[in-house]
Amino acid sequence: MDLTRLTIHEMQELLTKREVSATELVRSVLDRIGRVDGQVKAYTTVTEDAALKQAEAVDRLRATGAPLPPLAGIPLAIKDVICTQGVRTTCASKILEPYVPPYDATVIRRLKAQEAILLGKTNMDEFAMGSSTENSAFFQTRNPWALDYVPGGSSGGSAAAVAADLCAASLGSDTGGSIRQPASFCGIAGLKPTYGRVSRYGLVAFASSLDQIGPFTKDIRDCAIMLRAIAGHDPHDSTSVDLPVPDYGAALTGDVRGIRIGIPDEYFVEGMDPEVEAAIWAAIRTLEELGGTQEKVSLPHTPYAIATYYLVATAEASSNLARYDGVRYGYRTSKPDDLLEMYQRSRREGFGPEVKRRIMLGTYALSAGYYDAYYLKAQKVRTLIRRDFERAFDTCEVIATPTSPTPPFKFGEKMDDPLQMYLSDIFTISVNLAGLPGISIPCGFTKAGLPIGLQLIGKPFDEATILKVAHAYEQATDWHRCTPAV
Amino acid sequence: MELNAQRSTLNAQFEAVIGLEVHAQLLTRSKIFCGCSAAFGAPPNSQTCPVCLGMPGSLPVLNRRAVEFALKTALALGCDITSACRFHRKNYFYPDMPKNYQISQYELPLAWRGSIKLPADGATRRIRIHRLHLEEDVGKLLHAGTLQEADYSLVDFNRSGVPLMEIVSEPDIRTPEEAGEYLRQLRAILVYLEVCDGNMEEGSLRCDANVSLRRVGSEELGVKAEVKNMNSFKNVQKALAYEIQRQTQILEEGGRIVQETRLWDADQELTLSMRSKEYAHDYRYFPEPDLVPLTSSPQRIDEIRATLPELPQQRRARFVREYGIPDYDAAVLTASRPLADYYETVARASREPKLASNWVMVELLGHLNKDGRDITESPIPPAELTAMLTLLRRGTISGKIAKTVFEQMYQTGKSADLIVKEQGLTQISDQDELRRIVEEVLAAHPGPVADYRKGKVQSLTFLVGMVMKASRGKANPQVANELLIARLKGEESGGNG
Repeated sequence: MDLTRLTIHEMQELLTKREVSATELVRSVLDRIGRVDGQVKAYTTVTEDAALKQAEAVDRLRATGAPLPPLAGIPLAIKDVICTQGVRTTCASKILEPYVPPYDATVIRRLKAQEAILLGKTNMDEFAMGSSTENSAFFQTRNPWALDYVPGGSSGGSAAAVAADLCAASLGSDTGGSIRQPASFCGIAGLKPTYGRVSRYGLVAFASSLDQIGPFTKDIRDCAIMLRAIAGHDPHDSTSVDLPVPDYGAALTGDVRGIRIGIPDEYFVEGMDPEVEAAIWAAIRTLEELGGTQEKVSLPHTPYAIATYYLVATAEASSNLARYDGVRYGYRTSKPDDLLEMYQRSRREGFGPEVKRRIMLGTYALSAGYYDAYYLKAQKVRTLIRRDFERAFDTCEVIATPTSPTPPFKFGEKMDDPLQMYLSDIFTISVNLAGLPGISIPCGFTKAGLPIGLQLIGKPFDEATILKVAHAYEQATDWHRCTPAV
Repeated sequence: MELNAQRSTLNAQFEAVIGLEVHAQLLTRSKIFCGCSAAFGAPPNSQTCPVCLGMPGSLPVLNRRAVEFALKTALALGCDITSACRFHRKNYFYPDMPKNYQISQYELPLAWRGSIKLPADGATRRIRIHRLHLEEDVGKLLHAGTLQEADYSLVDFNRSGVPLMEIVSEPDIRTPEEAGEYLRQLRAILVYLEVCDGNMEEGSLRCDANVSLRRVGSEELGVKAEVKNMNSFKNVQKALAYEIQRQTQILEEGGRIVQETRLWDADQELTLSMRSKEYAHDYRYFPEPDLVPLTSSPQRIDEIRATLPELPQQRRARFVREYGIPDYDAAVLTASRPLADYYETVARASREPKLASNWVMVELLGHLNKDGRDITESPIPPAELTAMLTLLRRGTISGKIAKTVFEQMYQTGKSADLIVKEQGLTQISDQDELRRIVEEVLAAHPGPVADYRKGKVQSLTFLVGMVMKASRGKANPQVANELLIARLKGEESGGNG
């Protein structure tokens, strides 16, 4: 049996029955990382020794007969934008390359409290800005399904690691689609929870009002397990919401009879890849066969979503990234003449081109004389987009769309044209602007064998329903069982 | 340009228009957005955490106590409370600021539209408050040498994130003296509310001023200069007087005022221009996405209103009315709440408010000031001072002995009763014993006795003094006086032999 192929709940079963030890499990995943990650390049840092030590500790705990939490001994990977105490957290940026956080993010504390095993940190677009992981300052991560294709982004490393069985599950962050799009590209499940459902404390901020941490998993049951582990109010994050966290596993009944599935007209427009469109309609038919009903809904402000997003997100980013100045931590230029030169050269040498582009865009949008026309107007449109969804959810429980308008693309294909790259997130961005939960699940492959993702969007804090629908679909299909050849 | 910074009289053509921005550090235990101690004076960077160091991924959480303090102040100043206020980010780069933005308030401050009344020639002048808001303090830079020549600078982030309350007045102030009075009143209110220690020298209370001139009778505002770096009440007045003179001279010579920031140089006693280019900021304010809007319900505002103490001006007026002490004394005794509480306790318990006022103001404050101590550190608690005043009132000890007793109470912390008993300081009112002393004194000083009889009444004072001396201060001076007069006059009338 190849242990690395297993889902979290399959691993749990073997661990509980003591058919396998956490140490064996972790060692087999670390071995596979050693064999395969040279091709995939999902990890920026692998904490092999710490992982093995943790695993041995879990095994000792289990030997005492004490009941262990659900994630005890499960090997996980963490996007390199989430702070891990004592483990380098680079955001795939030269400016944070040497940075070792003095504290754990709240999600990390929660995973550690469950005795989960942290294997290491995964590659990403620098500061989570990008849709292909090509903006990493270090190296490109490859799509496990086709190594000359991108894994999507910005959480490309976390998605590729799960798809290539280099971990049982992983955490990513999603500001405009950075979990769902790479999940779609890599043929796995990726969930962006409702804004406020998961603490952002310790998530290095890109756009504070949009960022949310979420899991990548091999199936929906794992997704429910991971969400339950990381969700919940955190006094360290004022924007996290004090609501009870349901038992998401209990929602996976397989019964979706009577559930109304909203299909937004605005999301099925020309320019969409025909193979993607066909796969999505097939998935919707499958859900109908399971007892769901199709409802036409309208999200009329969809055409403004990308413009709105690139004003709000860049404005917040321009401020959030101001702290990287060479004064306290991270990269500092050598021998500057004065303070201003230290600022300018540290930032010029430390940030990559996409990050600089967004800092400039955001600075411009917030500048005196432009604020009302750009930032303020964008906030107003954001409200309209949120209202679109509120109205749509009057007549449906979930909204189904493609996750991405295209299947994975090749390296370099969109790097010269930022606007083309930005369009990659056209179906995911509105969900962040509206603060809603969204999940991408595999729903087929192109003729070339590249994965296609279905996006399910839910009402605020109703992750349970999208997980239930995703799970029912998964039960009726085999896409999630397909694994790449690496 | 020769200017007399002390002079604050104006050329009659112009009047000064002054608005003050006051920053008050709040006396919360912890910082405004994290749990670190906000205390002053700890070793550099010992009171820091990922939040106040601006570490990647850290998030602010608003200190409820800081909000309560600001609401309290806003209510005491008669402000309107904003029902849902917001925090904004003020973006600019400076190494004392770990995030390169300051979390402050912008369009929606915590409160608006209050006022402070200044006593002015029997009437009052109302200085309007424009707004009151909360923000975080920045760290402190320590330069290796002067700012211009230092090879490097160090940053201490202990102050980073200490809660600050900014109170902005309307440009209603007309003279440096009025500015000083506004500041003193404001400080007294803050200290009374126990929200700020009001120490300008240590920087827990800071003041910037906007100053412009206009022709008398004009309603338009002139071009203003912002004056910073005034770290005492005296310096605020001096700097404003200087700035008014400077602007007057420019206008009189037909020049134009440049809008700029000027730094007060207390050594040279003049304001110097900071290069305006360097400080021409576009702060790119936008709502702080890491914090949710702050709402204050009417119930919460009422709860806080109910905790407001009597404010210094009200208390001062009441002291004059209730205790019959002069307004000046009432002003001194209400300068801080613990002092006013101390006085009031003694005044009530001793039933001698005037006597209490003298002893607290002259003796107690005299001693405390000399030792650099605060009233809260007084070695004599109010009950002990009351006990001593009671001994004095009953005539058990004389006024002179009382000073000795007070001195010992202050030094040793012993009670007045104990000191009087241990040292036998009880006043001699016993007629027989005093008569004996009087006889001794009369016999020892025939000269003054003769003088008195010749009509030199002042000799009596000398003789009383001698009685006091002979009794080592324990004689009741009044009784001694009476006995001496009776004896001197009696002899005169009775003849000698």
